[in-house]
Amino acid sequence: MDDLLNEFLTETNESLAVLDVELVKLEQNPNDPDLLSNIFRLMHTIKGTCGFLGLPRLEAVAHAGENVLGKVRDGELEVTPVAVSLILECLDQIRMILMVLEESESEPEGDDSGLIGRLNALASGDDPKPQEAEVAAVEQLAGAAEDAATDSAVAEPSAAEEDAQAASSDEGDAVQEAPAETPAAAPEPAAPKPKAQPQPAKPASAEDGAPKESAVAHQSIRVHVDLLENLMTMVSELVLTRNQCLQILRTQKESDFQAPLQRLNHVVSELQEGVMKTRMQPIGNAWAKLPRIIRDLSHELGKKMNLVMKGADTELDRQVLELIKDPLTHMVRNSADHGLEMPDERVAAGKSETGTVLLNAFHEGGHIIIEITDDGRGLAMDKIKQKVIRDGLATESELESMSDKQIMRYIFKAGVSTAKQVTAVSGRGVGMDVVRNNIEKIGGTIDLSSVEGRGTKCLIKIPLTLAIVSALVVECGGERFAIPQLSVVELVRASSNSEHTIERINGTPVLRLRNRLLPLVNLRELLNLEIVERDQVGVETGQSVHGFIVVAQVGAYSFGIIVDRVFDTEEIVVKPVAPILRDIALFSGNTILGDGSVVMILDPNGIAAATGEITVAEDSLQAEAERRSSQGRTKMAMLVFRASGDTPKAVPLSLVARLEEIDLAKVERSNSQHVVQYRGQLMPLVQMGEGVELATEGRQPVLVFADGGRSMGLVVREIVDIVEDRMDVELTSNRTGFLGSAIVGGQATDIIDAGYYLTKAFQDWFGGDRTQQAAGLPGGRRILLIDDSPFFRNLLAPLLTVAGYEVTAVEGADQALELCEAGMDYDVIVSDIEMPDMDGFDFAQEIKANSRWSQTPLLALSSHTSPQDLARGRSAGFDDYVAKADRDALLDALQETLSHVRGAA
Amino acid sequence: MNASTEISGQASGVDGYAETQDFVTFVIANQLFGISVLQVQDVLAAHRITRIPLAPPEIAGSLNLRGRVVTVIDVRRRLGLNRREAGGSVMSIVVEHGQDLYSLMVDSVGEVLALATSDFDSNPPTLDPQFREYSAGIYRLDAKLLVVLDVDRLLDYGRSAVA
Repeated sequence: MDDLLNEFLTETNESLAVLDVELVKLEQNPNDPDLLSNIFRLMHTIKGTCGFLGLPRLEAVAHAGENVLGKVRDGELEVTPVAVSLILECLDQIRMILMVLEESESEPEGDDSGLIGRLNALASGDDPKPQEAEVAAVEQLAGAAEDAATDSAVAEPSAAEEDAQAASSDEGDAVQEAPAETPAAAPEPAAPKPKAQPQPAKPASAEDGAPKESAVAHQSIRVHVDLLENLMTMVSELVLTRNQCLQILRTQKESDFQAPLQRLNHVVSELQEGVMKTRMQPIGNAWAKLPRIIRDLSHELGKKMNLVMKGADTELDRQVLELIKDPLTHMVRNSADHGLEMPDERVAAGKSETGTVLLNAFHEGGHIIIEITDDGRGLAMDKIKQKVIRDGLATESELESMSDKQIMRYIFKAGVSTAKQVTAVSGRGVGMDVVRNNIEKIGGTIDLSSVEGRGTKCLIKIPLTLAIVSALVVECGGERFAIPQLSVVELVRASSNSEHTIERINGTPVLRLRNRLLPLVNLRELLNLEIVERDQVGVETGQSVHGFIVVAQVGAYSFGIIVDRVFDTEEIVVKPVAPILRDIALFSGNTILGDGSVVMILDPNGIAAATGEITVAEDSLQAEAERRSSQGRTKMAMLVFRASGDTPKAVPLSLVARLEEIDLAKVERSNSQHVVQYRGQLMPLVQMGEGVELATEGRQPVLVFADGGRSMGLVVREIVDIVEDRMDVELTSNRTGFLGSAIVGGQATDIIDAGYYLTKAFQDWFGGDRTQQAAGLPGGRRILLIDDSPFFRNLLAPLLTVAGYEVTAVEGADQALELCEAGMDYDVIVSDIEMPDMDGFDFAQEIKANSRWSQTPLLALSSHTSPQDLARGRSAGFDDYVAKADRDALLDALQETLSHVRGAA
Repeated sequence: MNASTEISGQASGVDGYAETQDFVTFVIANQLFGISVLQVQDVLAAHRITRIPLAPPEIAGSLNLRGRVVTVIDVRRRLGLNRREAGGSVMSIVVEHGQDLYSLMVDSVGEVLALATSDFDSNPPTLDPQFREYSAGIYRLDAKLLVVLDVDRLLDYGRSAVA
């Protein structure tokens, strides 16, 4: 609902409640001038606001009421019970109209002339009589209220003539159409006729449709922001004091304060949470102006565009909200202005006439992610390059060696704009740098990706709140610093005799971390900290052979910060530094720790900027992508256990739902299977070796596999370890139930085929038996596997790896498309059909229609394999259709498809 | 006579000559300074100070004063004087500037003096420019001269950065 209207409703409802009371008082004390003037003032305010908001019907009623009160105030009328009843009736009418207004955001149709007539008659001194027309009007109004409640989405005739925007609203997602060709001005509706608000009518929230108390007025109270801010400050201080108390407590082993302090700790935590919540506001508030902006732009520019807003109810701190409002508006305007093309250009490019700007907000691990996506022309790389060269930001040869992503980042530099011409809207070359600055100021990051001709996607990541953050306290050069936990990825201890060693390239420290090179920043050098003499073991000054590395991440750039020591994490209250110190980009503020000392808060963004982030960002992006995919492909956490025999067995940990120990006395036999009651269900138990009887008492470790509503327990002898290692099956096995042998944790280990045991428990878990089949194809056959179920992904990925394929598994079509856009190539794509968001058919169409992958063979994987499904799959562009349960068929189909492709090539 | 001057400090003198102002006096490098008592929030003895890397040299660090972060300014350095000798005594005068608290590091803090406006003199033009920048004027005392430190100018970094 529109903010203004919302406020009006709240305020007017409050006024009405006061008026009710005051009027009754007035009836008892007819000569109290203060009372009267207060009543008059309230009525006058209501009338005035109605006029301001363009609510003629309300205004007329309120005006008539005010008239009467005016006469009473001037002493021309006496306060009689009849007069008071009539004014109360007038208030009821206002209330009724307000109620409809709240539900439908527009005034109901109806006629108040009866009531107004009587009020006027009273004002002019005539004796009012109840009129039938009046009663009818009230009834009509009640009817209108119900109508509005049930189908208010249907615009009223007068509203339709205006350029009313059709609005649909499903679960917070509001789509707002802004047709370009609608007539600019609407005919003025006749004066007493209700005029619809320019706001779109939302479907009424009331299901019951029955008249009820105003929800807006009674569910919220208005509190001044200063009060909340104050409260927040006090809570922040309380948190600090609590930290101090806890710190003291830690130094004392036995203390009477232990229990009360723990209690205090909890209460303060909850209080903090509660107060934080009061500051939370839906991000939709920051978007409120956007539909209007898009609509105006579409008129101004003659473009057709659509603004889709998702996740408008995602909440974030109002302080943050204020700070991102302008950047967001700017970005959306940018997308609309020079992202989206003119309708004819769009049609020529094979896109729909109407361009879409998509705003999507969601939570992700203490951050809010806001995506601004448009399906416009994308960033013109050539133009950026030209501009960069012209402005002397980089030379041609430098640009040559840069990737697109790096070049795109130049648009965040001041003065770079790709708009062909400066419009009233954007293109003045100011903006993106300001946007970036504003976002980074609040500890956020902004990232951009774009495909020419397909659109631009902007990813903004901002912290939920700025007031209280969790921070890691580190020490360097004898000083302590706090690093916001949000940007800390991990901690690595480096020393010359451990796994991780700081190495140097021409004096620049780097660290090998999981097969990639992590750039390191020596905090001591960065901060010019003189080396403080300390007898700390192993700190070799200058060389810093020993030390801790805080791996931090800013956007897609990760780097290590070398520090001397790492302490605890602590909740800190960020306090701004004195203005003298604000120029130091490496600090984002300071805080007081639990022990009462002041520490500076390091700003990872500032550190990244100080160490030349823009030049390395791209490398790290790739590294990131590689790291992600390599995790998906080769490295896997394996659960190592022993069952029958001495060889350790292993199974991908991700397949295991839980580890349990069951009481053997509770095992029952049913249908020639061991079963146990587990979480209110019967869970079949499957043993590794045949013919081994289960003991009858004692406890037995069990690996629980679960998928959907079913679970199965695999009985094992002991659980050994969890090892993260490459899943390279080196010897494939002919034994049923085993995928083969691999080296896990330095030991030859049997990798068990979880699928085999699942079918033992439930015949229909997959169909049929399974014979191991070597693909017989040369290595390097790359498969992209798309399946939303982690279970199947983890099941099929090893299976296909064993068969000699190189598998990249992703959980949805979006991710697959991202990979496509990121330039990855695969020899065959295997996709599930039933997936959330975008199903397999849509995905296939998308791929086949316009992407680099249009020639890549596509296999469908589904549990539905009726002839109709097959036909639909083929028409969508799938080359083959395989039943999900039938893994042999999948392997056959893969082999066939690939040999086909090779034959054709 | 003394008593009468103190009283006239409250009741502003009709003739305009007996008017006085109260100053907190302190010493830096043997020079007597004064700050209007109305500006002073607190006087601190030695306090644990956190260094701030990369800060200008006259910023000695920051300290925690009853839950507020106070930026410590080494007035010696700000005035372009020599570094304090190691082991020398340190006291701090806390003042508010803008919304922030600053602690001014000085050698020692003396008594509060009520000084008659008649004893006030403007800066001699021959004074060292850096000194003159932060001096609001001079009071002629019996034994020595007191330099009135202009706290606002001392802490106004934005202005001096432009200059």
